[in-house]
Amino acid sequence: MTTQAYAVELKALRKSFGKTEIIRGADLAVAAGERVAIIGPNGAGKSTLFNLISGRFSPTSGEILLNGQRIHGLKPYEISRMGLARSFQITNIFGRLSVFENLRCGVLWALGYKYAFWKFLAGLDDANQRADELLHMIKLDRKRDTLAMNLTYAEQRALEIGITIAGGANVVLLDEPTAGMSKSETSRFIELIREVTVGKTLLTVEHDMGVVFGLADKIAVLVYGEVIAFDVPEAVRANPRVQEAYLGSVLADAQAAEAGH
Amino acid sequence: MANSVVKSGPLGRVVVWGLFAVLLIVLPLLFRSSLALTMLSQMGYLVIICLSYNILLGQGGMLSFGHAVYTGMGAFIAVHAMNQATKGAIWLPVSLVPLVGGVAGMFFAALFGYVTTKKSGTTFAMITLGIGELVAAMSLMFPAFFGGEGGVTTNRTYGAPFLGLTFGPQIQVYCLIAAYCFVSTALMYAFTGTPLGRMLNAVRDNPERVEFIGYNTQWVRYLGFIIAGFFAGIGGALAAINFEIVGAADSLSSVRSGGYLLFTFLGGATFFFGPIIGAVLLVLASVLLSEITKAWLLYLGLVFLLMVMYAPGGIASLIMMNLRVAKSGKLARLLGWYALLAVTGALTFFGIAALIEMIYHMQLNEALGPVLSFLGIELNVKSAASWAGTVVVALIGLGLFELTRKRFALRWGEVQGEIEAAIRAREAA
Repeated sequence: MTTQAYAVELKALRKSFGKTEIIRGADLAVAAGERVAIIGPNGAGKSTLFNLISGRFSPTSGEILLNGQRIHGLKPYEISRMGLARSFQITNIFGRLSVFENLRCGVLWALGYKYAFWKFLAGLDDANQRADELLHMIKLDRKRDTLAMNLTYAEQRALEIGITIAGGANVVLLDEPTAGMSKSETSRFIELIREVTVGKTLLTVEHDMGVVFGLADKIAVLVYGEVIAFDVPEAVRANPRVQEAYLGSVLADAQAAEAGH
Repeated sequence: MANSVVKSGPLGRVVVWGLFAVLLIVLPLLFRSSLALTMLSQMGYLVIICLSYNILLGQGGMLSFGHAVYTGMGAFIAVHAMNQATKGAIWLPVSLVPLVGGVAGMFFAALFGYVTTKKSGTTFAMITLGIGELVAAMSLMFPAFFGGEGGVTTNRTYGAPFLGLTFGPQIQVYCLIAAYCFVSTALMYAFTGTPLGRMLNAVRDNPERVEFIGYNTQWVRYLGFIIAGFFAGIGGALAAINFEIVGAADSLSSVRSGGYLLFTFLGGATFFFGPIIGAVLLVLASVLLSEITKAWLLYLGLVFLLMVMYAPGGIASLIMMNLRVAKSGKLARLLGWYALLAVTGALTFFGIAALIEMIYHMQLNEALGPVLSFLGIELNVKSAASWAGTVVVALIGLGLFELTRKRFALRWGEVQGEIEAAIRAREAA
């Protein structure tokens, strides 16, 4: 590719469920290495947007490009193999496997082990080492052999992030990573996310404005299935369209949260 | 979970597998009667079949109602291969027939599995049921291959002796079964520790998530299904060698599939060794229990019901939970309760079993007179005292058992709580 490709690019993206159009011609271009928070009122289509990008749904029309390649219509596992990983709003882990096993499952495909049934996991030094590194990164070393379903909620959220980044994807989508966490847990968790996504392109859906301003280089505002603003936080805050469409009180909260930091 | 069975390091692993091998060798020397040898032979191939079924149920979370299709097709192809070899049309020593069955099982699993594994959960279960019925119906339409009502017979003593083995005497057949049982069990255990084996667990726990870490869940299920089919076919072929006859009504029936499911579950699907227990129980129940009482299927149903309700992890999980308690040194606190449970349970069983036997006697053995002997006690189906006595015993037993069970459940909860707390304290340290 001669021209510099965006990490993620959405072009006139539309998605309808029956007669209801959720995404109405969304455009977005995220450069490699950018950290973008997608905000918007409930029902704006934030999660749907993630489901479209990650292949869970296919778009009604429009294009989705990952590093310049069209990915709309591909299966989730095909998109995952191209270097895009996502986490889920509702914790989505392997409950009856240990924390270590969860992470190792996450690295297997990327290391090329695929569907191998002629190799022992115990002998896959690279996979085991990588899983242990991840375990350390998400600070669950002590819970290595605990079944994932027996973890606390915050630990499960951390594991969710661990599985997401395990395959070494360079584009990471986090769907409300701090949902349901306490204030103190949230601030520690933002640190964690920052650490584990260094050098990656990050898209996150977030309600907590403290998290948004703490994490994002740029903010995309999604209202009724359209991206009405996409800019650095200060510019978004000053944007009259955003102030009009989006609840002013939320922005005031955000300013208060930022002042508190 | 499956991998937690032998976590005691390489030495522990050698001990466990060594014991398994020794057991396979020593058992026929301990139990020398021909009945015992027949039962041991059946256990041998049923261990393979139940373990293969558990690749689906326990490891992959696939509730199949049609596993007999793959054991049965393995058996039929094996029988025809043996008959061809007898005629001299192909070269095939008896010792390799199980592999032919395995390849046949694998082939049909690859064929039908492509459809069944497209879906998971309830849909998967329904499709396996449908394919099971389909194959059973087909078997009636092709009597040349399936042998119609009478089945297909064969003779396993064809060809030159292999290392002095003619496979005429049952003990030699047992040796063949035992050898395949050991190797197949080892291979299936090894499979649980491979990337595909682990991803099968992941698909069981959360198929959706697997799609987002690069894996095609359908492909994972499909490959697991084919591997299960291979071992099922080996088991089926060994059964064919053992009986020298295969009949569609028996080998391919949904009742047979149900039996594999039932006993795999009873043995314990959450641990690798559970289905081995299940296979042993299957033979004990169908050979010994059926000798003792005509109502054996009813007892089996009751046991299955109680297991599903109170111990859904099967016997294997009961063993493992008690091992955990023993490791923490708290088993002594429960032993008294176990004794009480055993006594009250026996009393309940005695009462209920006496009732069942009396009803069966009335229905089936009326011609033999009203008196029957139950565990050495004379009962009379025409006497009110007999009925009243058994009912009273059953009710008293049931009441006492319930009382004991409730108290025991509290103690059990306490002990588990203490163990959990100890684990947490260790993690925090």
